[in-house]
Amino acid sequence: MLFAGERLGAAHRWFAVGIAALTFLLSLPLYLGFDNSTADFQFVERVAWIPAFRAEYFLGIDGLSLPLVLLTTFLTPIVVIAGWEVIKTRTAQYFAAFLILEGLMIGVFSALDGLLFYVFWEAMLIPMFIIIGIWGGERRVYATIKFFLYTFLGSVFMLLALIYLYLQTGGYSILGFHTVPLSMTEQMPIFLAFLFAFAVKVPMWPVHTWLPDAHVEAPTGGSVILAAVLLKMGGYGFLRFSLPIAPDASQSLALLMIVLSLVAVVYIGFVALVQSDLKKLIAYSSIAHMGFVTLGFFIAWAILARTGEVTGIGMGITGGVVQMISHGFISGALFLCVGIMYDRLHTREIGAYGGVVNTMPVFAAFFVLFALANAGLPGTSGFVGEFLVILASFRANFWYAVLAGTTLILGAAYTLWMIKRVVFGAIANEGVGSLQDLSRREFLILALMAGGVLIIGLWPAPLVDMMSASVDKLVIQVTQSKL
Amino acid sequence: MSWIPIDYLPALPEITLGLGICIVLLADLFLPAKLRDVTFLLAMATLGAAAMAVGEAGTAGSVVALSGSFVSDPLAGFLKLFALAMLATVLLYSRADLQGRPYNKGEYYVLALFAGLGILVMISGANLLTLYLGLEMQALALYALVAFDRDSPVAAEAAMKYFVLGAIASACLLYGISLLYGVTGSIQIVDVAEALGSADQASAATLLAVAFVVVGIAFKFGAVPFHTWVPDVYQGAPASVTLFVGTVPKIGAFALAVRIFVEALAASAEAWAPMLGALAVLSLAIGNIVAIAQTNLRRMLAYSTIAHVGFIFLGFAAGSQDGVEAALFYTVVYVLMAAGAFGVVILLGRQGETSDQLDDLRGLSQRSPWFALMMLLLMISMIGVPPLAGFYAKWWVLAALLDSGHLWLAIAGVVFSVIGAFYYLRVIKLMYFDPPAEAGPLRPGGSLRLVLSLNALLVLAIGLFPESLIELCAQALA
Repeated sequence: MLFAGERLGAAHRWFAVGIAALTFLLSLPLYLGFDNSTADFQFVERVAWIPAFRAEYFLGIDGLSLPLVLLTTFLTPIVVIAGWEVIKTRTAQYFAAFLILEGLMIGVFSALDGLLFYVFWEAMLIPMFIIIGIWGGERRVYATIKFFLYTFLGSVFMLLALIYLYLQTGGYSILGFHTVPLSMTEQMPIFLAFLFAFAVKVPMWPVHTWLPDAHVEAPTGGSVILAAVLLKMGGYGFLRFSLPIAPDASQSLALLMIVLSLVAVVYIGFVALVQSDLKKLIAYSSIAHMGFVTLGFFIAWAILARTGEVTGIGMGITGGVVQMISHGFISGALFLCVGIMYDRLHTREIGAYGGVVNTMPVFAAFFVLFALANAGLPGTSGFVGEFLVILASFRANFWYAVLAGTTLILGAAYTLWMIKRVVFGAIANEGVGSLQDLSRREFLILALMAGGVLIIGLWPAPLVDMMSASVDKLVIQVTQSKL
Repeated sequence: MSWIPIDYLPALPEITLGLGICIVLLADLFLPAKLRDVTFLLAMATLGAAAMAVGEAGTAGSVVALSGSFVSDPLAGFLKLFALAMLATVLLYSRADLQGRPYNKGEYYVLALFAGLGILVMISGANLLTLYLGLEMQALALYALVAFDRDSPVAAEAAMKYFVLGAIASACLLYGISLLYGVTGSIQIVDVAEALGSADQASAATLLAVAFVVVGIAFKFGAVPFHTWVPDVYQGAPASVTLFVGTVPKIGAFALAVRIFVEALAASAEAWAPMLGALAVLSLAIGNIVAIAQTNLRRMLAYSTIAHVGFIFLGFAAGSQDGVEAALFYTVVYVLMAAGAFGVVILLGRQGETSDQLDDLRGLSQRSPWFALMMLLLMISMIGVPPLAGFYAKWWVLAALLDSGHLWLAIAGVVFSVIGAFYYLRVIKLMYFDPPAEAGPLRPGGSLRLVLSLNALLVLAIGLFPESLIELCAQALA
């Protein structure tokens, strides 16, 4: 792709979408052949890589990574299609960057070797840096360098933690990391190092400031991948590393994590309310929703402390994962919607729109659907995850649940208010008056996204079943002290 | 090769190289200027013959020869082959740079080979004076090379500075060696190590000797606070000489450090390891922070070198076998990356006189996408992002540090890496995000195109499959 460049003419687009679609088709057997009843890793590939350091090319998926892999493979073709006509300069490089990114993201979700995981995790920064930097908005250079340095700073400490774990276990296998006994004085720095890496990625309050910049400046496709997949890597990291490797440190810091999550949910919810830029609003709403994910993960110990039993822990974790997947669809779709409007009027200011429904009725229908899903409307995917997390929070502490519940109000407030200002009302200006409704290409991608949102919302059982065995195993891991 | 006295066999590479230099020197006298390429080819043939001689001399087992002043061991074999290969690479780059310039003289190749000979002698030094002789041979050739463009006042200034500071540093090293002789009664590395093992480690004489040696070696590496020559030389010298100074001598400096610290002063590790640790952190800090303020590509790379030297020193500061192996791997990878980066400087230099400013990289990805991609790979590798070789170099050093319990040094290493990432990212930004200042692609000659591409792709290849180089480094020091 990179080599052929623009010489291929229009064909390179078909090539890119072909590869992306093929990857999605190839990922389907993973789902069909996946055995829901076991928490073991499946489809394992294990080859010696750097024997001198016992690092291996070790891949495999379980119920926690499979949904994320599928999300990635599903979204990449959509992103490629979304960039079809919009990206005008250096298109071949653009699509190549996304395909490279896809490969690395799948690698992150399926790596079972700590060093390999880190390689995928870090390598991903490069295509993303390029995507934002070349095809981004006006302040793209500032945003992309901030993005790179922020996440790089976060992850180098994770590297130190991984090396430390290697020295303890004599290998880089993550499964080995899970079982190695660690004292509290070891767990604490390890947990903090991982926290630093994952919290930046999620992002949790107060290390979220790179996200609105990166989102606003990134091209539509970049925003979609960033919101839909890259943020999930942080949440995935908590499940794969922090919780099982340092359960006791997680326990003693759980309150801190819960507080940070709730701050994200409530405070960032208010911040989102006052945004005048569409992309910024969705970016802040992403942070608030990711607060739910971390809340779902770390509520476990509050439940344990209060009730003394493990019921409900799995619910919180399941809720967190469902929320991640659903947020992948919803935020991705919202960014696509904003991109579609931006392509027409070249502004993201909410004030520049109004009455879009009059000229773009089909688009408006999709936009309202995604917005309602973002607000957690029952029947959409947004509801399932939030409901499970709030339910789990009730078992822990009434007030946690109440605070988490405010997001339903805040989320509805900022999304619906945004919808009211953008979509409904009289036609605000000539620009809106001359809008064309969706092209077939745009309709296709939004319809696919809407399908995802509704399927998970109406029938979440396959998703939940897929991960239940792995979640049960994780519950055992987190509740078993390593001391 | 029975006709060679057995005692001279280990020194066969040096002897071959020395003979080759004489031939090149003589031949060049009689060759007209338009046949300069013949000199180049002769020099390359000399390097090839020397490399074959390394194989002939044997790289397995450790042989001490020439009255105990010369050693041939796996480390020497590995480093010599690498140094010769890099020397050939440097000459390939240099040829592209020298063509059409007023200072395209045959002496360039002769001096470069002499410096290479000095480096080979350093690599095989089994007593402290052999090391010193090799070092001086290399240094004198380099002083002359820096001033090679005799009409350039900047080059003359750089050479002057390099010479004066270099002479002081050599004096420090020699003074340290004489103190060591005073303490141990020998200049044989083996005897020095043995005598030091039973000597009083805390005695003022030992500490003073160690300190002087550290100063001398730190200067040759260009570690803070003995780094002031680096930016001036890198900026003032002709681009091809900068490429040389920035790469091959680091191999010699590494050999010097191993021979002196790890072999001779092993017993005094508690004295030199913290010194190197402090120098390393200073180098990382000054190198990475000052590099951000540079507007000249060469000066930026000079400070980046200083920062990388900091990482190499961190490997030594770990004070373990693993740390030295990591430092060796880092040195090899660094030399490859630096060669590529300076190769890009040469590439830009072909376009005009003053094209070593960072701004000259502006929009390179639209003018010459392929070279921009090569530079991108090199810069990412220098930041230390996988899957490029630079990452594994940093990772191994960090692992060695954590293994030997130097958590704070490791943290300093990663924090300054993040700070350093900024200026490499700026290069990428200039190449990819900014519009080009002048139109039209760069049109380098075929050989420069080829060497540069192979160089950068090698950095990528090591990054994807680091295993074999890791094995080689571990075996060289086993």
